[in-house]
Amino acid sequence: MTEMLALRRLTPLLWLSPAIALIGVVVLWPVLVMVQSSFQQIGGEGFVAGYNGTTNYTNLFHEPDLVAVLLRTLIWVVGVVGVTMLISLGLAQLFHQRFPGRRVTRWALIIPWAASVMMTALIFKWALDPNVGVINVILNHIGVIKRLGSNQADWLGNPTSALIWMMAVAVFVSLPFTTYALLSGLQGIPGDVYEAASIDGATSWRSYLGVTLPLLRPAILVATLINVINVFNSFPIIWEMTGGGPGYETSTSTIYMIDLKQGDVGQAASLSVFNFLLVIVIVLVYLSTTRWKEQVGR
Amino acid sequence: MITTTKPAPRLRALRRTTGRSAPRARRPLRTWVIAIAAYVIAVLFLLPYLEMLVMALRPNSELGLATILPKHWTFSNFTTLWSTGLGGSIGTSLEIAAGATVIVLLVALPAAYCTARRRFRGRGFFLLLVLATQMFQPAAMLVGIQREFTNFGLPPTLSLIIVNAGFNLAFAVWILNAFFSSIPVELEEAAMVDGLGRVGALTRITLPLAAPGIVTALIFTFIAAWNEFLVALTLSLGEGTSQQPLTVAINGYIGEYSVDWGHLFAAGLVATVPVIILFAFIERRVVSGLTAGAVK
Repeated sequence: MTEMLALRRLTPLLWLSPAIALIGVVVLWPVLVMVQSSFQQIGGEGFVAGYNGTTNYTNLFHEPDLVAVLLRTLIWVVGVVGVTMLISLGLAQLFHQRFPGRRVTRWALIIPWAASVMMTALIFKWALDPNVGVINVILNHIGVIKRLGSNQADWLGNPTSALIWMMAVAVFVSLPFTTYALLSGLQGIPGDVYEAASIDGATSWRSYLGVTLPLLRPAILVATLINVINVFNSFPIIWEMTGGGPGYETSTSTIYMIDLKQGDVGQAASLSVFNFLLVIVIVLVYLSTTRWKEQVGR
Repeated sequence: MITTTKPAPRLRALRRTTGRSAPRARRPLRTWVIAIAAYVIAVLFLLPYLEMLVMALRPNSELGLATILPKHWTFSNFTTLWSTGLGGSIGTSLEIAAGATVIVLLVALPAAYCTARRRFRGRGFFLLLVLATQMFQPAAMLVGIQREFTNFGLPPTLSLIIVNAGFNLAFAVWILNAFFSSIPVELEEAAMVDGLGRVGALTRITLPLAAPGIVTALIFTFIAAWNEFLVALTLSLGEGTSQQPLTVAINGYIGEYSVDWGHLFAAGLVATVPVIILFAFIERRVVSGLTAGAVK
């Protein structure tokens, strides 16, 4: 009898063990290897010369580019996620309405989500070609380029304009998921709430601020969190459009890490560990400031 | 939960009887303003991908012309695509995406069923572990993944199958867990009493009822593995074009001095159109799989 009980207690483990093994191999083990590597001297080809204590970390924090890269990462994440959330709130409101052809328009909305981000980045890289890119051809037609001066057409050659364009592409590919997350939040708001508000004489804008937004808060919090993590780790857009250059002038922390990896795997590992801790801290601060448990959980 | 409460049918019925007394034929102006705004936005979302089609159909001789549309159209980029080794890449991508999908289903089905049906010590910890894998992304641990899988010495295709399976496990567990939880236990018990047995109850009752969730998990994993770029680039860099997945092979058209834009966008269409069509099937259910973990 006791044997039976013990067996019963072990069966869940049997059902879960394949998942635990997979997570172990693909997620937990690489984290350990990464932490170990951050204390080792490893060349670009992967040859391990031995442990070197905290040298990688001290070297990393003495990198002249690091502060600018981290500041840029902050601008990148806050800018992309902020603009994405604002536009998505509008889009969700629009696509929540009933109108003829809504299904078809929603399908168009998912395309940047379904397509590889790498491909979308390459389309925009082409479209921003100084001479023959379609965006510049159109801007030329309507006379914008002439007014700005023809140097301006090389959008990706100038770090500031390149960063703005790349943030725009990052917003573009983040919009579908965010809009859909907010749409599913809107569907969860019962209609009688609005009826009560309209009986009370609330205008549509006031009922949006007073009724919709507060009820949408859980959906907004979840979508923001997932976007922050995705945008921080975003790689294909910057890598394809500028490669993080000139120098490191358009690199975020993720791109900088991948670039370091070409020459010094150990130092890249130390930056990875740093990035990793940064994301965990951001998530924890976010969870506590938004009072996540009360707002999102039951 | 934020996603499960649907507008009650009661409300819809209410709207039908009390609201909107005007006949359908005369739609209010407001509806048309909303519709037109939505159409314009839909076209804006479509435009970049139409540009990909325009570029794929543009003859190479017109690549230097500053025109929105080419003067002549040609299919030659598509017909000559296969001589660039793309067929092999499609095969490699299919292998990786299908392999990852099969592993995810085999691993996620028992885990999701067990956590949905039984309360046991360690259940919360396991779900937290799954959520953590969703929060960690390959980009954050690339150094570890690269060193680990290089040490294993597996062929890149097999490594990519395993890595893609691992990073898409969370989505499958969440969505399957939600479906299994929504199927009443009594239904399974009744089937077992009727002589189907435990296995019969699972395969004849539970799995068919969870089919929409299974299909969603299947398609989502397939698309994510098909589109994955960073790990693919890292692990298959030294391989020949036909051994590289599509996302990496497409970057092979970018040379040091010039870019073969025609082939690049033709290959891009081949890589993109199928997954957009697949995605349309799961469009309604994807959000719950992505957000359920954070909400629970």
